[in-house]
Amino acid sequence: MSQTDAMASIDVLRAGTLCSVQDLGRHGRRHLGISQCGAMDMLALQQANLLLGNPPGAAGLELSLGPVQLRFTQAARIALTGVDFGARLQTPEGGDVPVLSGHALALPAGAVLSLARPAIPGARGYLTVAGGIDVPLALGSRSTDLKAGFGGHAGRALQAGDKLPVGTTVSTLVTGKRGVRGFAPTHVLRALPGPDYERFTQSAHTGFWLQPWRINTQSNRMGLRLNGAPLALRSAVNLLSAGVLPGDVQVPPDGLPIVLGVDCQTTGGYPRIASVIQADLWQLAHLSPLTSVYFQPVTHAVAQQALERQTRYLARLTTRLLVEAGAEGRPDGR
Amino acid sequence: MNAAPRITRLGEDALLCHFTAPDDTAPPLPVQQALWQLCQRLEAERAALQLREIVPGMGNLLLRWTRPPGSPCPFTSLQARVLALWRACEAVAPTQRVVTIPVRYGGEAGPDLEDVAHHCGLSPTKVIALHSQADYAVYCLGFQPGFAYLGGLDPRLHTPRRDTPRLAIPAGSVAIGGSQTGVYPLSTPGGWQVIGHTALPLFDPTTEAGALLQPGDTVRFVPAQEAT
Repeated sequence: MSQTDAMASIDVLRAGTLCSVQDLGRHGRRHLGISQCGAMDMLALQQANLLLGNPPGAAGLELSLGPVQLRFTQAARIALTGVDFGARLQTPEGGDVPVLSGHALALPAGAVLSLARPAIPGARGYLTVAGGIDVPLALGSRSTDLKAGFGGHAGRALQAGDKLPVGTTVSTLVTGKRGVRGFAPTHVLRALPGPDYERFTQSAHTGFWLQPWRINTQSNRMGLRLNGAPLALRSAVNLLSAGVLPGDVQVPPDGLPIVLGVDCQTTGGYPRIASVIQADLWQLAHLSPLTSVYFQPVTHAVAQQALERQTRYLARLTTRLLVEAGAEGRPDGR
Repeated sequence: MNAAPRITRLGEDALLCHFTAPDDTAPPLPVQQALWQLCQRLEAERAALQLREIVPGMGNLLLRWTRPPGSPCPFTSLQARVLALWRACEAVAPTQRVVTIPVRYGGEAGPDLEDVAHHCGLSPTKVIALHSQADYAVYCLGFQPGFAYLGGLDPRLHTPRRDTPRLAIPAGSVAIGGSQTGVYPLSTPGGWQVIGHTALPLFDPTTEAGALLQPGDTVRFVPAQEAT
């Protein structure tokens, strides 16, 4: 038996579409044209990691479209967060049970996890495994850069036949019955005026904040494309290429805004009317095409409060899960 | 002394500095050179200033910071630091790195060389000579990992993009688009005129930096017979 066979791994039996390995992204290299990538819903990925006692930024799977089917070669602990995928677990003994989102689950060796489809079309789910998906680090991250074709597993979305290495873990955290609750998108994206806000007309300002924006089916990890009444500039501009960040709302010449996603390019030349605040970026992972979204203007203070509230939530969750695990002992007897 | 940049906030954790008039068609080279120097000085203070990203653009600069919970917003202090550093920046490329890129021009490697020559009213040999005798400055990177925006293309070689973009330009393609020239690190659809190919990897995620070129580098193209 080779060393690879002895190591815990996940065999991909069915890969669905655009299922990829993601962590909290690749940072500090935007000056070299290297995009951030990472989980679109970083909150959900962190929840799923904390449920297993993983570091919050351990690599997991981002699920976009089913059906996905995975076989675990060794006993493992897993957690699912984000949108519900109608998961079921088949054990080698012939068991077939539904799997609850937001809870840690211990699987026997040989178990097969089947993920059907997202309960909300276009929304993403996250799967983590104790020890994390142990693909090699590429430029400081395990995230897949689907556009540039590197990182994650073989630099691409998963395919049937792939074998994903699972890392080792010292944690034996078994979380309590309460689990974690997922967050439902509000379809309201709080935003700060962008660097080019004053270049837009008064009616563009009004239109931007007041109209419902329909989500275009062309949306992806690079950006959320929106349909509505086009936004006009006071006068045409030809801007020099400048750094852009996920959350920036660009307006190309057709007047229809694009909210940049985690896979966005590092530079751009379109005027930016606004930037969605960090605390609301997770919603981009869950907005279905043909549903609507609003932008709500907020102050820097509100943006910061919202972000700190999330940080505190994750810190409280870490503590709560550890305390509950201690109180309930180790029901699996390990 | 340098004129003060226009500084705007970007989202909650970044700022943008504009060193040229915002509607300029291209930043003057001395401005960009001073900007590279500013980037180096900020890089030296990256940890102290808690900077996550230092991203030069064309005559502009994006800075993204980390803000520990409960700490005050660093925008005002960072802005003051940028202005202080900028005043002392000079229009020189201080530690200039020269990167030589061997290029196989024309033929299968450069299917648009003849078209470019025709458009410019030059022989293909002359196009190769002009393209390979200039020094190009890496203004900044973007679009793809390792893709450099190069300044310094001879105006005699300016050629509009193709009417019909190619569905896939191979990685390593050396191309001209309007007044710009560049090398594609990765395969991409695009309308630039492909005049040659290099086997030198411009993006390699297994290396420390990932990208061969850095802002401020000087690039020279050298005609070569590359083994394929």
